[in-house]
Amino acid sequence: MLEIKNLHVKLEEEDKDILKGVDLSVEAGKVHAIMGPNGSGKSTLSYVLSGRDGYEVTDGSASLLGEDLLEMDPEDRAAAGLFLAFQYPVEIPGVGNMTFLRTALNAQRKARGEDEVSAGDFLKLVREKAKALNIDAEMLKRPVNVGFSGGEKKRNEILQMAVLEPKMCILDETDSGLDVDAMKLVSEGVNALRDAGRGFLVITHYQRLLDHIKPDVVHIMADGRIVKTGGPDLALEVEQNGYADILGEVA
Amino acid sequence: MALPQAKLDLTEARLAALSLPDGAGWANAARADAVARLRAMGLPTRRDEYWKFTSPETLTRADAPRAALFDGDETPLYAGIDRLKIVFVDGVFDADQSDDLSLEHVSIEHLADVTATDIHWARELYGQLEIAGQDPVDRPLATLNTAFARDGVVIRVTGKVEKPISLVYLHASENSDAILHHLVRVEAGGDVTVLENGPAAARFNKVMEISVADGAAFHHVRAQGRDHERRAVTHMFARLGRESTYKSFTLTANGVLTRNEHVIELTGDDAVAHVAGAAMGDGARAEFHHDDTVFITHDAERCESRQVFKKVLRNGAEGVFQGKILVKPGAQKTDGYQISQALMLDDESSFQGKPELEIYADDVVCSHGSTTGAIDETALYYLRSRGVPADQATDLLVLAFLAEAIDEIEDARLQDDIRTRLQEWLERRRQG
Repeated sequence: MLEIKNLHVKLEEEDKDILKGVDLSVEAGKVHAIMGPNGSGKSTLSYVLSGRDGYEVTDGSASLLGEDLLEMDPEDRAAAGLFLAFQYPVEIPGVGNMTFLRTALNAQRKARGEDEVSAGDFLKLVREKAKALNIDAEMLKRPVNVGFSGGEKKRNEILQMAVLEPKMCILDETDSGLDVDAMKLVSEGVNALRDAGRGFLVITHYQRLLDHIKPDVVHIMADGRIVKTGGPDLALEVEQNGYADILGEVA
Repeated sequence: MALPQAKLDLTEARLAALSLPDGAGWANAARADAVARLRAMGLPTRRDEYWKFTSPETLTRADAPRAALFDGDETPLYAGIDRLKIVFVDGVFDADQSDDLSLEHVSIEHLADVTATDIHWARELYGQLEIAGQDPVDRPLATLNTAFARDGVVIRVTGKVEKPISLVYLHASENSDAILHHLVRVEAGGDVTVLENGPAAARFNKVMEISVADGAAFHHVRAQGRDHERRAVTHMFARLGRESTYKSFTLTANGVLTRNEHVIELTGDDAVAHVAGAAMGDGARAEFHHDDTVFITHDAERCESRQVFKKVLRNGAEGVFQGKILVKPGAQKTDGYQISQALMLDDESSFQGKPELEIYADDVVCSHGSTTGAIDETALYYLRSRGVPADQATDLLVLAFLAEAIDEIEDARLQDDIRTRLQEWLERRRQG
């Protein structure tokens, strides 16, 4: 589904390489986790895949279902099925959460040549998805993420994911800033979306999120590369021994 | 003090092109007085401090510059709202297109009739708030209006008026030069909404004098016409009594030159005045220059004033804001707020802001802010990452930026009407 080959990325503004040859392949129906210490390039990878400005790809490729992601505008990547749950969801004063979601859903459908969803059907869809995430009508009415707590913001990200039904979901430190209950809610939201046609890439510092969202494959990223790949046990190893042991082992 | 020769010539040339209407003694006296005052102050030029950011040249010259008629086919604003419609074509009342003027709790007359009547309450108001508004800054184009306006509506409100009074200004001739002068007297306990929309003429000079008595309310929602080449200078002069309310909102899209002035005096305790404006300027097809000039005087205790002005500018569009809050001695517990913001969608556009506070009371809360900025790139990226195309995402952010001004409209139906219209304009623009 998601194929990343030898991806090299530097900051546009300065000559600083951040990704130094990432190879990664996420199959449909699988959950891959990326763990790694601060500054290893995990978030950069998610931004580059979703098309954020400020990065320059100097080598390598990234494709989604055979389509070259790196050539596309961010909105086209979304329409192609890519979704990034942000580590820091953006507050947009003046834009209602519902307006935003409906505009996004219909824009994606239009780009794929599908019919737009009517206001009534949309309302029904969102209410149903919101209920499972414990998001009330008040939160849906408010401007996008404005005045939301950390947990509300992350739940709102998962709501967007549930409504937009992307094929490839990237979760960038979705566990940061969450208490135990919120983490459970968010994880349940993610697990409900797991199916044979959908791939997940879960980026996290800690193993605890992976207790709730069970990965099939775990990668360790350090200094802009994937340095080790293994099964779910690898996450436990990190939890027990920290990154130093693993990094020492591969150095 | 003698006027500079250039100013004198300019003023005399303009006066020579106009003729005084004939009317009752009091009206003739008010007009003669206005002519004398205009001769003493002279018409404005770019050298006047108050016109530093906006060239008045095309507003003061003897003939109106040509303005093509708008070629749009959109439904007129407020079409779905039950209202009493009064139509002016190039500044001339059109009885056929207007509704019957009778409505409960309000009397509506024509200025032309009123100024021909010897005994009429209007003589106490006509030109009086305009005169009061000349201190400390000259507003000669309003004085010219008082002298030469032939028509307008004269409204006296005695209770809560059930439906809005809607002034519709149609533009039919490419060289029309219209002058309208309206009077609104809202008596104690009265409550009225006045709507305005349309371009009015190639060049439009409008004055509205509004007296709001104790406990009364005046609401005003205006949309200026979309004719790209039209020019307008408007003045709203208001005097507010105790516990009274004045709320005005203006939407402007297009127009080669617009200068909207508000001069508001809070003279009774606990009065509230809100003025807001949303302007969307695109200099691609014709120039766009929009100037909001506001002067609010607090002369009573515990009054509240709010100024919220937002401008979205692209392709060389120019925005100006001059806003002042004057708090007189003794106007304690004043609550004054002023915000003026410009959203620049490119590097070619410009915005000039001159926020001013002048305070002579020691127990007041006054704040003001003026910002100029580009679109928020992070918000844009976030919207795009969810599949919203860049131009549509930009429009969402434009609407969000204007929302604070539109939210000032109290009536939800009118607010919806304005918001929907803006969305349609943006959508049409996007689809070319």
